[in-house]
Amino acid sequence: MIMKRKFITFGRILHAGVVNFIRNASLAIAAIAVMVITLTIVLVSVVTNATLTNTIDDISSKIDVSVFLNDTTTTEQGEQLTNQLSKLPNVDSVTYLNKEEALKRYIDQNANNQTLATAASLADNPIPATIIIKPRELNKIQDIKNFLTTKDVAVLQTKGSPSYSGDRQKAIENISHAADILQRIGIAGIIVFAIVSALIIFNTIQMAIFNRRDEIKIMRLLGASNWFIRGPYVVESAIYGILSAIISILIINSAFVASSNALQASSLGLLDINYASRYFADHFVEFLLFQLTVGILIGTASSLIATRRYLKFKTK
Amino acid sequence: MILLDRVSKTYSKAMGPSLDRISLHVEPKEFVIVVGQSGAGKTTLLRLLTREERPTSGKIIIGGIDYDKLKDRDIPLLRRKIGVVFQDFKLLPNKTVFENVAFALEIVGMGKREINHTVPKVLDIVNLRGKENNMPMQLSGGERQRVAIARAIVRQPRILIADEPTGNLDPKHAWDVIKVLEKINRYGTTVLLTTHNAEIVNKLKRRVVTLEHGKVASDRAGGRYSVDDDKAKK
Repeated sequence: MIMKRKFITFGRILHAGVVNFIRNASLAIAAIAVMVITLTIVLVSVVTNATLTNTIDDISSKIDVSVFLNDTTTTEQGEQLTNQLSKLPNVDSVTYLNKEEALKRYIDQNANNQTLATAASLADNPIPATIIIKPRELNKIQDIKNFLTTKDVAVLQTKGSPSYSGDRQKAIENISHAADILQRIGIAGIIVFAIVSALIIFNTIQMAIFNRRDEIKIMRLLGASNWFIRGPYVVESAIYGILSAIISILIINSAFVASSNALQASSLGLLDINYASRYFADHFVEFLLFQLTVGILIGTASSLIATRRYLKFKTK
Repeated sequence: MILLDRVSKTYSKAMGPSLDRISLHVEPKEFVIVVGQSGAGKTTLLRLLTREERPTSGKIIIGGIDYDKLKDRDIPLLRRKIGVVFQDFKLLPNKTVFENVAFALEIVGMGKREINHTVPKVLDIVNLRGKENNMPMQLSGGERQRVAIARAIVRQPRILIADEPTGNLDPKHAWDVIKVLEKINRYGTTVLLTTHNAEIVNKLKRRVVTLEHGKVASDRAGGRYSVDDDKAKK
């Protein structure tokens, strides 16, 4: 019996919320517009972040540190060094190549450059035995550097060793740095817009309540519970959240569709649009749920606060 | 049923107390009329009973509920047990007559079918059959008053508080309203009525509590209307 009554009451609250929403349509538009902007910024930041991370990972995986060993260094010494290196915290993988394997790798790498390849294979194998280290994180490559330049280790190596594959490291560091800044801007933007949209929804609901404050007084005198009064407003602002989430997802989706149609725009500097588009499509359901959750949270939280002061009982 | 023990209410110190150590005991099923001039404290008394205000001091117990121990979240439950007819009706302007009365039942979670069954019966009691779909704006003062009564009694409260329910009515309609109150009282509801109308008080021959300057000036069973202007005639 009590359950049934609660169910009926819940139904009435939902119904009243929808009716309120329709009646306040003009007020609702402002609230929804801001919430759409907020949610869109949030989601765009998430996708951008994932894309940047992917780009950096992509480049990072191509980076390695090559250690060239003196011909006087024995295989045992080489293997021992390999062992030591693999125990360093920032090392992802270590490969030891003896002189023959190193030569083969060199020829493979320079398959396009016949002169270099034949020159290397003709002579009495000029390629030193090599240890190839793949670091885990680029910014912490310094640890490996320090280890390799300690005196005991340095004597085992040739003059040009260690070699940091190309000068790409500097470029990559710049990229990670830029990505870092972008991330921070994204987070700041999310916070600012979340607050702004919460405030606007808060005001919208407060205005709706102000228009109906006499009604609320009467409802309270008749013994309506706080939830019976507050529920419809919460439902109303949850509807703002739901609509905003859907609109925001549609906007982003059509933006990706448009950009994939324009072939030229397949890469915007650091941003690999194709990857971003794929990432968005792969996670569509998660993103929709995420948007719905954030939208509903902002909506209900602001309406709960907005209704609070109308529901207090006199204490003096 | 209603117990007030030395209840005082002071809104602001400069104005002095609106109610000054009022003690009142009303038995279940009693019909009590509270009379007094404007400003004597009638409305304050009612606002204390509905817990719109808290007393500055003193104890209030209604239907076994001690107001000192009443938690905020239980106030709605208290108000559901008391039917109140307000001086200014307090009808919901955007709802029809039927919806206004039905609203009191929606609050307590009653189902639609039961509401559709109950509301017409109550509208019968207050003679408002045929006006179900009118908006409050389209009704006369007396009709609005009767909607307010219908709303107050539709939940069959054990206590009915009526604040000047006849204030805006001509004598015939005023008497109709009083008859409704008597009928409800006969069904076993405790009724607390405030009024200015000497004729009604004298005809009803019920217990009369007279308030003057926030104090109980007299409390008589089968009493007569005896506010200042009457005394002046003597």
